[in-house]
Amino acid sequence: MRTKIEVRGLKKSFQSDKGPLPVVDDVSFTVGDGEFVAVVGPSGCGKTTLMNMMAGFVRPDSGAVLIDGAPRSKPNAKGILISQQGSVFPWLTVRENLMFGLNGHAGDDRMAVADHYADIVGLKGFEDSFPHELSGGMLKRTELARALAVKPEILYMDEPFSALDALMSLRMRTELLRILAEERHTTLLITHDVEEAIHLADRVVVLSPRPTRIQAVYEVPIAHPRKISSRAAQELRVTILRELGVEREVPV
Amino acid sequence: MKRIKEAWPAIALIAVLIAIWWLTVHLTHSLIFPTPWGVVTGTWELLRNGTLWEHIGASLMRVGAGFGLAVCLAVPLGLWMGWVSGAYRTLNPLFQILRPISPIAWIPIAILWFGVGDASPIYLIFISSVFPMIVQTTVGVHTIEKRYLRAAENFGVSRGTLFKQVVIPAVLPQVLVGMRIGLGVAWLVVVAAEMIALHSGLGYMIMDSRNAGNRYDLVVAGMIIIGLIGLSLDTIMRLLEGVRWIRWRYAH
Repeated sequence: MRTKIEVRGLKKSFQSDKGPLPVVDDVSFTVGDGEFVAVVGPSGCGKTTLMNMMAGFVRPDSGAVLIDGAPRSKPNAKGILISQQGSVFPWLTVRENLMFGLNGHAGDDRMAVADHYADIVGLKGFEDSFPHELSGGMLKRTELARALAVKPEILYMDEPFSALDALMSLRMRTELLRILAEERHTTLLITHDVEEAIHLADRVVVLSPRPTRIQAVYEVPIAHPRKISSRAAQELRVTILRELGVEREVPV
Repeated sequence: MKRIKEAWPAIALIAVLIAIWWLTVHLTHSLIFPTPWGVVTGTWELLRNGTLWEHIGASLMRVGAGFGLAVCLAVPLGLWMGWVSGAYRTLNPLFQILRPISPIAWIPIAILWFGVGDASPIYLIFISSVFPMIVQTTVGVHTIEKRYLRAAENFGVSRGTLFKQVVIPAVLPQVLVGMRIGLGVAWLVVVAAEMIALHSGLGYMIMDSRNAGNRYDLVVAGMIIIGLIGLSLDTIMRLLEGVRWIRWRYAH
């Protein structure tokens, strides 16, 4: 597999009242083209900072992020970030949101692309709705469709489904897998949900508490469609939870 | 039906106040202070001879001109100050000093600069309504949620799209708040401004009624009309909350 993203020795500290607070401490890994990598870690460990550096929103103190071998310093439409809080524009309709990033296309074309992706994420019939008329799950679909519409090479997903209820979160995972089976994007998922990581990813990177480093990396050698209740998945889940230091709390 | 139900306590309160007013005038045998009925007949007299419409028209024209000029300056200036921090740092301290100066304090200078014609009250209205609108527009830009700006940055849209589809719609609800404040202040100020050396307008009408024979029935009539028109102006402004670029803010 060709290397799509190379993270090389990323370090980041933030200024606090008590001096510099190291958040990310020397993280290096690679993501292959079309690969789905999940990053799990304890809350507050610096996952989001790592993602923001990878997507170009935050400058690292040292180290570099290389996309296709070229250093990335600014965000661009080749890698779209989907965050937990979401950023669907409340003043635009679903269709206008989906058309937002489609600069280079002609007017009719943009609409066709937008409606196509609305259809893909299951928002057909809601193209003219405003975000406040949608449920949380539909908002996530809108956000996902807006990202997919610009055909990004990389999807950066920062706890994308954690604000949804358990049922909707599960449905969104299945939807995401279905979409990625159709249009393969290199995907980076940050989550605190180990089960979600195992359900979706080809590889799971486990981060240490802050200042965060890579503590372990696990392949997920289970074919799709995956059964979370399967023995292999459950064993991996326990292993990763143990790695995160919560083995005693794991219900068997 | 529901509206009537909700409005009746307010209507009852006003009715009670009018009754107390009537009773008090009767009991004190006041020769100058009018009864409510006296105010009604006074208003009728003004309506019949047409002067009331002239005065209302003159006041509204001055407010329209002063407030209109203020909007034309305040909105672009507020956007600029909100967006460019250098502009904010340069202009904001000056505006914070000018803003608390009562428009009444400007009257001598207004007369000096603009004489005793229409230009003076228009200037006073302008100076009193321009600052709240600048401040609100600037606040509007400063409080645009970062996630929306980040999304725009991520999709790499042009500056034009950024302004048209993100900044302007995000700021408009705050601009409208500023306009409601500005118009309210403008209506307060026009009456005061017209009490000086002018020969038309509701403010002049009130002063003239007193000076020309203690016609307090017309004074009170003028006050009530000012209140009702002020309420109507604000109601019209509130209708703008239904405009699609603003509605998103209130739809929850």
